[in-house]
Amino acid sequence: MSSGKEAVTSSEYEAHDSAVAHVTGAALYVDDDHTFGQCLSVAIGGSQIAHGHIKSIDLSRVRLADGVVDVITHEDIPGHKDIGPVFPGDLLLSDGLVEFVGQPIFAVLANTHAQARRAVTLADIQYTEETPVLDLRQAMEQRYYVRPPHTMKRGDSASVFASIDSKHGKSGATLKQVRGEVVVGGQEHFYLEGQVAMARLDEDGGFVVKSSNQHPSEAQKLVAEVMAVPLSKVVVETRRMGGGFGGKESQANACCCLAALFARRNRVSVVCRLSRRDDMIMTGKRHNFINRYRAAFDSNGVINAVDYHLAAQCGLSPDLSDAIVDRAMFHSDNAYFLPHVTIEGVRCKTHTVSNTAFRGFGGPQGMMAMETVIDEIAFAVQKDPLDVRKANFYNTTDRNITPYHQTLNTFNLPALVEQLEVASDYRSRRVAINSFNQSNPVLKKGIALTPVKFGISFTATHLNQAGAMLHLYTDGSMLLNHGGTEMGQGLFTKVAQIVSTVLGVGVERIRVTSTRTDKVPNTSATAASSGTDLNGMAALQAAVTLKSRLIDFIVESQQCDASTVAFTTTGATIDGRPVMSWAELATAAWQARISLSANGFYSTPDIYYDRERAAGRPFLYYATGAAVSEVIIDTLTGESRVLRTDILHDVGHSINASIDRGQIEGGFVQGMGWLTTEELKWDNLGRLLTDGPATYKIPAIADAPDTFNVSLWSKDCIDESAVLGSKAVGEPPLMLAISVWSAIRDAITAAGNGRRFPQLNAPATPEEVLRCVTEVMA
Amino acid sequence: MLRFLLNDTVVTEADVAADTTVLDYLRENQQLCGTKEGCASGDCGACTAVVASVHDGHLQYRSINTCITLLGSLHGQQLITVEYLQEGTALHPVQQAMVDFHGSQCGFCTPGFVMSMFAMTLNPRPEGVALKTHAEHYLGGNLCRCTGYRPIIDAAMHVLQSDESVAGKFDALSHDTAVTLAAIQPVTESNGFYRPRNIEALCELRARYPHAAIVAGGTDLSLEMTQRLKQYDQVICVQQLDELDYLTSDDKHFYIGPACSIADLLHGLQPLGTDLQNLLFRFGATQVRNQATVGGSIANASPIGDLAPVFIAMDATLVLQSVEGKRSMPMEDFFVDYRQTQLRDNEIVREVILPRPEAAQSADSQLKVYKVSKRIDDDISTVCAAFCVKRHGDVIESLCTGFGGMAAVPKRAKALERAVIGKVIDEALFKEVATALTEDFQPISDARASAEYRQQLVVNLFRRMCIETSSESVMIRVSEHV
Repeated sequence: MSSGKEAVTSSEYEAHDSAVAHVTGAALYVDDDHTFGQCLSVAIGGSQIAHGHIKSIDLSRVRLADGVVDVITHEDIPGHKDIGPVFPGDLLLSDGLVEFVGQPIFAVLANTHAQARRAVTLADIQYTEETPVLDLRQAMEQRYYVRPPHTMKRGDSASVFASIDSKHGKSGATLKQVRGEVVVGGQEHFYLEGQVAMARLDEDGGFVVKSSNQHPSEAQKLVAEVMAVPLSKVVVETRRMGGGFGGKESQANACCCLAALFARRNRVSVVCRLSRRDDMIMTGKRHNFINRYRAAFDSNGVINAVDYHLAAQCGLSPDLSDAIVDRAMFHSDNAYFLPHVTIEGVRCKTHTVSNTAFRGFGGPQGMMAMETVIDEIAFAVQKDPLDVRKANFYNTTDRNITPYHQTLNTFNLPALVEQLEVASDYRSRRVAINSFNQSNPVLKKGIALTPVKFGISFTATHLNQAGAMLHLYTDGSMLLNHGGTEMGQGLFTKVAQIVSTVLGVGVERIRVTSTRTDKVPNTSATAASSGTDLNGMAALQAAVTLKSRLIDFIVESQQCDASTVAFTTTGATIDGRPVMSWAELATAAWQARISLSANGFYSTPDIYYDRERAAGRPFLYYATGAAVSEVIIDTLTGESRVLRTDILHDVGHSINASIDRGQIEGGFVQGMGWLTTEELKWDNLGRLLTDGPATYKIPAIADAPDTFNVSLWSKDCIDESAVLGSKAVGEPPLMLAISVWSAIRDAITAAGNGRRFPQLNAPATPEEVLRCVTEVMA
Repeated sequence: MLRFLLNDTVVTEADVAADTTVLDYLRENQQLCGTKEGCASGDCGACTAVVASVHDGHLQYRSINTCITLLGSLHGQQLITVEYLQEGTALHPVQQAMVDFHGSQCGFCTPGFVMSMFAMTLNPRPEGVALKTHAEHYLGGNLCRCTGYRPIIDAAMHVLQSDESVAGKFDALSHDTAVTLAAIQPVTESNGFYRPRNIEALCELRARYPHAAIVAGGTDLSLEMTQRLKQYDQVICVQQLDELDYLTSDDKHFYIGPACSIADLLHGLQPLGTDLQNLLFRFGATQVRNQATVGGSIANASPIGDLAPVFIAMDATLVLQSVEGKRSMPMEDFFVDYRQTQLRDNEIVREVILPRPEAAQSADSQLKVYKVSKRIDDDISTVCAAFCVKRHGDVIESLCTGFGGMAAVPKRAKALERAVIGKVIDEALFKEVATALTEDFQPISDARASAEYRQQLVVNLFRRMCIETSSESVMIRVSEHV
C-alpha cells in the first residue's frame, strides 16, 4: 500500500491551486478582502426562547449603543421575507413567531464587529411562551412533521413478517428476526471559517456580494428577491471557502441578504460575519435520526426482509430535509440486496434550528441503520460480521435491484472487499484481537470491515447540470471559469487538469477565477459530490469546442489534415513538428477573427426518478469503497482510540491522486468525529450547550488513526463513471468511518464476553461506550 | 507607550485599548489577514503566531493563540506572523513541506499550522519523546476539518527528519533581533495596561485598582472579552514579571511562582513522574501551555482546571500576598464556591509550595493522576482525579485525593478517603467507595457528561489506581497503548 510519505510533484499529484497562497497567508477569504474599502459590521439578535410569540420588542438601547449605525427588523425587509431554499419556512428575520433559541429577530449594523455584538445584547424582547417540542422522539410519537412521510417499497416484507409473527408458512418457520433501534447523533459542520458575506452597492442600484457560499446562484436569487430587484442586478462571487461540508449550501444566504439590505439602507459596504458561537447556534447541522428496524434472515444470516422507520429531526422548517431524508432512505440498503423491503422516512418538526446539508446528505444516517442490522444479524447467527456482509452483497445477476428499483449493472464491492480483507490481514488480526482481549482485564480491542456504496447524482434530477467558460488570450494564457465553488476539495485544480488534458497544456497556463454569477449563470450548488463530475464535464465541453476551433484554424491556415494536428504544453504541432507557440497560435487565430472564448454545458444523461412511485434510476453510478478499523476501548472510562485503519476506495481513473486521497482521509476522519467525539447537546429549554470548540470536540491531530493505510482501487469500471473515467469522491469516504463505530461495538461485545449485543448509539462518546460496557457486563 | 517588533518592524502604539487582542490588532489595525479567526476562544489554533523573547541574551520562540493574547503583553517582544516566514519567493521549509505533502485543503487553518510547525523547528525535541509524539505536541492545538491530519503529520515529520537547517533567516537575524528587543525600554503603563516591574509595585496597583483585571497569559480572562464581550479599561499584566516567574526546589519542596507557565511547569515537575507529565501534556495545547500560568489556573478557580486537583492531593500550600503582607493556607481551603476563593480584593497569588512526595509524611506514596475527556488532546476534563496513595500490600495505608469536574470547586473526597484508609482492596471496597462518593459529590450534568457518568468514573478511576499501584503492572490506558 502506498504510504504517502514521499512528496511527489508530477501532474497526477498536482498541488492544490492555492497551496502556496494557503501556506503564506496570501489566500484571501471574504473577511480578509479589503477591496470594498472600510466595511461596517453586522451582528444578529436571536430569540432567547424556543417557541412563542414576540409580545414586545424594545431596541432603543441597541440603537443608542456605541458605534451603532442601523438596526432592522422584519418590517424593514423590502421584498421576500422568506429565504427557504426549496420550501418556505425560513424567515430572514422573525415576523413575531419564534421557533428556536437563536432564531434571528433583528440585526444591527455598527462601525465594528465588537460594537455590533455588544449592541445586540441590549435588546429588550418580551415573549408569550408556548410549549416547545425539543425532542425527536416526542415529535416522532406526535407525528409532528415539516413534510409528509415518504415510503419506498419492493417485494412484500409485510407478508414475511406476518408469517413470522403467526409462525405459519415456510418463511415463518425457518427465518429468524431481529428488531431494534439505533439513535444517530447530528453533527456541527465546524468549517474553520464561519459564515460570512460582504456586500456593496453597484452604481445602478444593484449589488456585488462576496460570500463564503457553496451555492452563489441561490444567494443571487435570494438577495434579488429580498431586495426586490431583478436577478441581473445581483452578482455573487465566491473565490474560496474555509470549509463548507454542506453547511454553506443554504445556510450561507442569510448573511448575504442582511449585508445587501444594510448596504442599500446606509449606502456603505457591509460585512456580515457570525461569531463562532452565533454560527453554532443560528445555523443548521447534520440531522440526528432515530432508526427503527426489523429484519428477517436465515440461519446463515442472509436477509430475506427488512422494515425500516427512519425518523429525522429537521428542526423548525423543511430547508433541504425532504431530499436529505430521501437520501437516507436511498442508502438504508447500503451494499446489500434486500429481497423484501419497506422503508418509511419521516421528517420531524422540532423547535430547534433547522437542520441542513452535511457531507453525505442523509446517506450516512441511512447506512448506519443497515450496518447496525448486519452487526446484529451476525451476532444472532454467531458469525463474523464480515461473512454476513459478504453473504448479503448485491450482485449483477439475480440480486441486483435496489429498494427504489434501480438495477445495478456493475458492482465491484465483493472483489474490492476481498482485496482489502487480504491486504489488511483481517482474519489473522481477528485472532490476535481475541487473544489480547482474553489477556487484558481492562482494555478490549475490536475490529470491523464495512463497505460503502453511495449513489452519485442529485436526486432532484434537474439539478444535474453545469456550465463553464474558457478564454484563450493572445499571449497564450487561459482563463477558466465554471459554476462550481472551491471549498478546499481541490475542484478548481481538478477542473483545470481536465482542461489541460484536453488541450495538452500545462495547468500553470490555466488560471481558474472565482465563481461568479455573472460569468456562469443559473448554476447548481457545489454539493452531492458532483462538483468535478458536472463542472469538469462542462469545462471539458468548453475545451473541446475551443480545441476544434483551433484545429480548424490550423487546418485552414497551414493546409494540413486535421488528424496531424496536436497540442503540447508549448504550442501546436503538425505531425509532431512544432509550428506555433501558444502565443503565436492565439494571436494568429485572433487576427483571423476566430472566437477564443468557449462555453461548455453539461447535463447528466439517463437519470430519472418518479418520487410518486419511489422508483427510477436516480443515480448515474455508485461510488464504492471499504474500510477496516481496529480500535481499543477502556472498560473503566469508555475512552477509545483508533489503532489502525485500512481503506480501499474506488475513484475510477483518478484525476488527481493526492487530492482524492485527501478527500478520502479527510472524509474518514470527519466521519470518525461524527461517530465518536462530536456530541451535540441542548438543555431542556432548547439552548445549545455545545456552542463552541471548548465543548464540541472535532478530531484533533492525535485522533487520526495511528496507522492509516489508504489505497485507490485500481480496477476501473469505465462504463459507469464520470468525466475522464473518474468517480466522485467528496462524500462517500465519510461513511467509511462506520467501520470505527462498528469496531467499537465489537470491542464492547468482547467486554461482555459475547453474551449480549451492545445497543450502541452514535456518537460513541466515552460516556456512551461505558454505558454499553456496563450493560453487557451486567 | 507600547513598543514591540512586528516581524521586522518596530511598532509603537499609544492609543490601543488595554483589552485589544493581538488577533484583532493584526487584522484590523495592520491589515495582516494571514492570521485567521476560527473561534476567538483559543481552541482551534487558526490564529497561531509566534512570539520571540530574549532570555539570557538568546531568543526563545513560543507559539501563541493571538485571539486570546492581549496586545499589551507583547511589549519588548517580537511577534512573528505567517506573512514573514518566506524569503522573497522562497517558501520557508515548513511552508514548502505543507505544499509538497498536500497539507492544505480549504487553507483556513493552514497559517496556524504553519506557525505551530515553525515554532516546533525553533525548539529542541525533549529527550525520549518520539518524533511523531513531538509533532503532535506542537500541533495538537491546531484543528483541521478537511485533511484528516495525515498529510500534516507527514509534513511535520519531514521537517523534523530533514538534515537541512530550517531556521533560515531567523538564525541569521537572531542576534540583531535580540539587540533590537533589548533596546526597548520597559514601560509600566500604556493606556490602562499596567506592567508592574516588581511584586511591591504589583501589590500597590492591586490595592489601588481592585477591580482591574489581573492577566498573566490571558488564556482564561480573554474569553471574558471575546465570548462574554466584557470590556476592561484597566489591565494589570504579570507576565514577564521575573520575580513571579520561577520554579525552584529543595529536598523537601517545589516552590512555584504564579507567573510560571504550564510549559515551564511541565519541564520543572519532571521529577514527579510520567503520570503528571502526561496530564500536563493534556493541559490545553502547546499555545495555551505557553501562555497559561500556575497562578492564573489557581486564581480563576475553575472547577475543571487540571492543576488544583493535583495540588490538593499533594497537600500543597498556597501563599497569598498584599500590601499588608503574606498569608498561607492549604490549597484545598482556598476554593470557596463556584469561581469564588479566599483571595481578597487587594491580594495576589504569590506562591504554590508543593511537598515532594518522597519527603512528605507518607513516604513511598505514589501519585496517580487521571484525566478523562471526550477527546484525548486539547480538551477540558470531564473528570480529573489525583490520588496520592501509599499501599502496604493490598491495604491502603494512606490516601489523599483531589478531583476536578465533580463539584463547584476542585475538591478532596474526604468520605472516600475515610472509607478506604486501612482497608483491603477488594470488590467489597469498590462498593463502599461508590457509597462514600455520594457523600462527597453531587456532580452536575452538562455539555461534557452526565452526573451519573461522573460518579461512575470516579469509582472506576479509584479501581484503576488500585490496579496500577499493585505489584503486577498491566497496561491499562488507551492513551498509552501503541
